[in-house]
Order: sequence, then structure tokens, then C-alpha cells
Amino acid sequence: MWITVLTAVVTITGIALLAGLSLGYASRRLPSSSEPLVDRVNDILPQTQCAQCGYPGCRPYAAAIVRDGAPINLCPPGGEETVRRLAEQLGRELVPLAAPAPDGNVVAFIDEDACIGCAHCREVCPVEAISGAHRFMHTVISDECTGCELCVSRCPVDCISMIARKRA
Amino acid sequence: MPASTYDLGRLHGGLRLPGEKEKSTAMQIRVVPVPEHLVLPLTQHAGDPAQPVVAIGEKVLKGQLIADAEGPLSAPIHASSSGTVVAIEPWPVSRRLGEPAPCIVIECDGEDRPVEHPEPIVPFDELEPADLLPRILQGGIVGLGGAGFPTAQKLMQAASLPLEYLLLNGVECEPYISCDDVLMREYASEVLGGAQVLMHALGLEKCHVVIESDKDEALHAISAAMKDLNDPRLLLKQVPTIYPSGGEDQVVQLVTNREVPSGGLPTDVGCVVQNVGTAVAVYRWIVQGDPLISRVTTVTGDGVRTPMNVMARLGTLVSDILTFAGGYTDRVEQLIIGGPMTGKSVSTDRVPLVKSSNCILALSHVQALVDERPCIRCGECAIVCPVMLQPQQLYWFACTDNESKLRKFGLTDCIECGCCDLVCPSHIPLTASFRQAKARVREQADEKARAERARQRFESRTERLEIEKKKREDELTEQKRTAREAGVNAIREMVKRARKKKAPSKPEN
Repeated sequence: MWITVLTAVVTITGIALLAGLSLGYASRRLPSSSEPLVDRVNDILPQTQCAQCGYPGCRPYAAAIVRDGAPINLCPPGGEETVRRLAEQLGRELVPLAAPAPDGNVVAFIDEDACIGCAHCREVCPVEAISGAHRFMHTVISDECTGCELCVSRCPVDCISMIARKRA
Repeated sequence: MPASTYDLGRLHGGLRLPGEKEKSTAMQIRVVPVPEHLVLPLTQHAGDPAQPVVAIGEKVLKGQLIADAEGPLSAPIHASSSGTVVAIEPWPVSRRLGEPAPCIVIECDGEDRPVEHPEPIVPFDELEPADLLPRILQGGIVGLGGAGFPTAQKLMQAASLPLEYLLLNGVECEPYISCDDVLMREYASEVLGGAQVLMHALGLEKCHVVIESDKDEALHAISAAMKDLNDPRLLLKQVPTIYPSGGEDQVVQLVTNREVPSGGLPTDVGCVVQNVGTAVAVYRWIVQGDPLISRVTTVTGDGVRTPMNVMARLGTLVSDILTFAGGYTDRVEQLIIGGPMTGKSVSTDRVPLVKSSNCILALSHVQALVDERPCIRCGECAIVCPVMLQPQQLYWFACTDNESKLRKFGLTDCIECGCCDLVCPSHIPLTASFRQAKARVREQADEKARAERARQRFESRTERLEIEKKKREDELTEQKRTAREAGVNAIREMVKRARKKKAPSKPEN
């Protein structure tokens, strides 16, 4: 009778060992299991890449939410709707937006007469929507601009303003 | 009855509506004289606006190109009469519910001097279809049935696909409108001439002219013209008088018994549909050399004194056309550009006649604004829907803004015919809510596409920055390494030199 018990114990131990090894191998070799969740959270975020959340872009913020448990109410462009969807996705408590949502659909506009071609705005644009080179006039590719306003404060001659996005 | 009746394909739903067409078809087409001003919107078609090629103050002649097609989907615009360009500015148009849109304003000199045709007219059957299609584009011809899709682009898209049927749509199912009816009565040979040009352009050997069975005179005129022309490729086909059998997909279904797939085009089932008015416009441009500068339009309704069909220059103000038709009656309350079902209500009659304006409707009674009541799920709307949607479900989802459900239930296939509105016992403005929902769904899709693009651009930038950073670091380590090596070498070198110096100095001492 104890042979039966031994067989069972050995079998179960064997299976457990095998599973443990393969899981360990998988977790090392395959992409970490939190990545798909980061992707899903990133999809909810509005992709303005404005860094108003304090992280250098939407994906870094998504990663911080998932991995470090960063608050979900830090995205003003996304508005309450994004907070609601994040709460739903992550099973967290619904909290009001930390800062008021900005006023809708705007893009940056460079006053080309005043532009001195310093290229500071080009360097900060998270989606490379500003064209031009050093000492040459810059301009905003308004189709690609997300309206993040990061370039506005970088302009030394104050020639960037936010204007309403033209409807296609 | 000379025309033979064929099997009538099946069409779901639809309504038999009172025609109200007798008044406007009582007399022949009357020509509206040259007005004082012509207002020509740059967008009279689906697609990108045309770009002006004339300057303010420039003298233009009748038929002269004043705005050229720009972009992949566009149509040029020609001056409808001779005169001076006095402005290029926003003007209220019917297309945007009376909102202003950029227009070229011409002050007419009343002489109506025509421009010389830029290219000699070649018999169309001596031209290759590939040369004929761009020429059709130059004529500024767009679909005259209502949607205003540029004809040349439609033909170009179709020409590369396997085709079986060319259908000339003479099915004018919407109440009040009769411009295609009288056009077929009076210009039957030009309709068929246009059909021949279109067949040549598409390389097709058959063309059906589709007419509703209650249009006796048009049927007679077309079949008589067919007899005269003696072209065996032309066929006449009757369809029952049911609204909205004149929709493009509905005509295809009635004639060929093939259903245009959801989100697809008639070319997916081997068909090309052109309005009969468009065929006349093609004939006039290709065979006679006259670009599209005028159209037949119906002026009717009990708010106008003499209902009639008029031939008016594009850009003529609706107020001028109404004055020509005897002006308003005392009871007029509503002005609609288009038919009562699909037309757009406008707040001013200072809007211009454009390529797609098939009707000017002045009504004395504003369509009963009864209070909307809750949906009782009776399903009447689903019974009449010609594209077999479930308006009651769609309405539900439109109220809750449920984008995925709206897509799944085929919102984009709604042709906005208005049948569901008419039968709804709760007087719910279903079509209006679908129109809004369509705009919202489109907006959300745009937003999503924009976010996706921004994400990709951000990621590629991050990647590039990382690569650059790594490159800089590598360079720096390399520099450090060479510097270190160079330092060691330099010391060695110095020691060597010092030894050298020492060595020969010894014997001297």
C-alpha cells in the first residue's frame, strides 16, 4: 500500500517540479506579464504625450500606473472619461481628475515672422511635429500636433500660440 | 406601352408616398435669365474644394474655368455666364445648413459671351477610354442626383474593376421632385447620347435606363429616342414606384437583384449607376463642348406661385429663381433645398443653386412638430427600412453613444431616407439622430486614428533618442579608451625620448 502512496507523491512532486521549472523559464525568457496590461492602459490614454502627468509621455505613465501604482487621475487631456475607463480596466476606485481638463481641440501655431530658428521647440516636441532646422524658420505640422503645449514655454521669443484645430 | 416590364428585383421595405409632382410637370422646362450676380461655391461636390484660378477684378467668359480640381477627389468649376469676378468670400450655402462657405462671386455683364473651347472636339469613339476619362473630369461634371460625387473619379475607380451593368438612374422616387422626369421627356436623345459616351468610357456593351413605371411620358420619350437611335446596347427597364427605389444601391437591387454589400459600392457587384442628368451633362461636354454650368431643377411646393421646372445657371441665387417662378405665396413657411425627405432646410433664400440642387421646395406647413414620445418597440421602422436595419435598436445605441454597437448594427449603411421617421407612431426623429450619431462615430474614429499616429510617432522618437544616446555613450567610451591609450603611449614616448637624450649626452661628458 505504501508503494501506491509513494507513487502518488513522486508523480505530484515531479509535475510540480516540471511546472515550476517551465514557469520560471517562461518568466525569464518571455516578455513580462505586466506588458499587455501596460499596452491596454496606454491605449486608454489620449496619446497627447504632454507630460502633464509628470511622466515623459503616455506610455511611461501607463507603465508607472501598472508597475508602481501611480494615481490614475493625473491625465488632464483625457478628462474624467479616461479616469473612468482606467478605473474600470484596473479595478481601482474612481477619483476626480487632479487638474482641470484643458479646453479641447487645439494645436500649436508658430508665428513664422517672429521665429528666430533656435530649434528649442523642435527638441521638446514629443511627436516630432515641428519641422525646421537651426537658424531656419520652424513650423508646426498641425495634423501631427497633439496640442500638448510643451513647446510654448520653451520658445525664447514667445512666438508659439495655441489655436483651434481646423476640421478636416 | 412600348416598354417591356421585367422581373422586379426585391426591395425590402420602402413606402408608397404621394408624388405631388403633377403641378411642376404641367409645363415645359423654362430657362431662367442671366441674373445680376452668380455665386459659385468652391465645394459643389463630394471631396476637396476646388482652387480658384481667377483673381478679383478679372473678366471671365461663359464656360471659362474659374476654379480647378485640387486633390484626389475634386471637380473644377466654370463660370456660368460672362462678367467680372467681384469677390471670393464666404457666402451662405445650402450644403452646410445656411452656414457660409467660400464662393466666387461674379457680377454678370448680361452679354453671356462664351469662351472658346480649349480643345477641339474629337468624336468620342475615336478616343481611348483612358483619354476620355480625364476629359470628363475637366468638364466639372459631378453626380447630379444629389450626392455630387465627381463623375470622372467614379468612372476611373470603376473602369479598373470587372463590370457588367451600366445603369442610368431615372428613378425619381422622392415626392415633389420632377427634374429628371422632365429632363428625360425633353432631352431623351441627349440622355441616350450620354449613355453611349459612358459605355465607351467604361468599355461596356450594355446600358439600362431605369425609370419608374408611373412616368408614362418619360418612358415614351426614351423608348421613342431609342427607336430613332437604333442602338441595340440600350435597354429600358421599369421599376415600381416605391420610395426610396431611386437610391443607388436600391436601383442596383431592383434591376439586377444583387445586394450591394455593407460598406461596399455598386462596383462590388459589377454595377455603375449614373443619374440621367449626369449623362446629359457628359454628352454636352464631350460631344458639344459645353461644361457643366447649368442644370434643371424643380421649383415647387404650395409656398410658390407657379410650380415649374427650370433650367438655371449654377450660382443663380434661389431667391432669383423663386422670383422667376412668380414668387412666394402668402402662406410660405419653410424653404428646403432638395426633397421633403432628404433635403436640407435653409433659413435664407440667398443661397446659390449648386450642381447637386435638384429641387427648391417652398412649403406652407412646417412638418408637424409633434412632441416626441418614448419608443414602444413596435418595429414599424424595421419593416420600412430599405436597407434592412433595425432603427429602434440603432436609436437605443445612439442615445447611449455606444459606438461599437452602432457599428455592429450597421449605422454606416443607413441611407438617411427618412422612412422610419414617417412611420414612427411616437414621432421620434430617428434619421436626425442617426445623422448626428454618424458624425460622432466618424469623429471618434478620427480621434482614435490620431491617437494611434501620435503614439507611433512618440515611440519612434523615443527609440531614435535612445539610439542616439547609446551612440554618444559608445563614442565617449571609445574616446576615453583612446585617450587613455594615448596617455600611456605619450608617457612611454616621453620616457623613450628622455632616455635617448640621456644616452648620447653621456659620451660628451
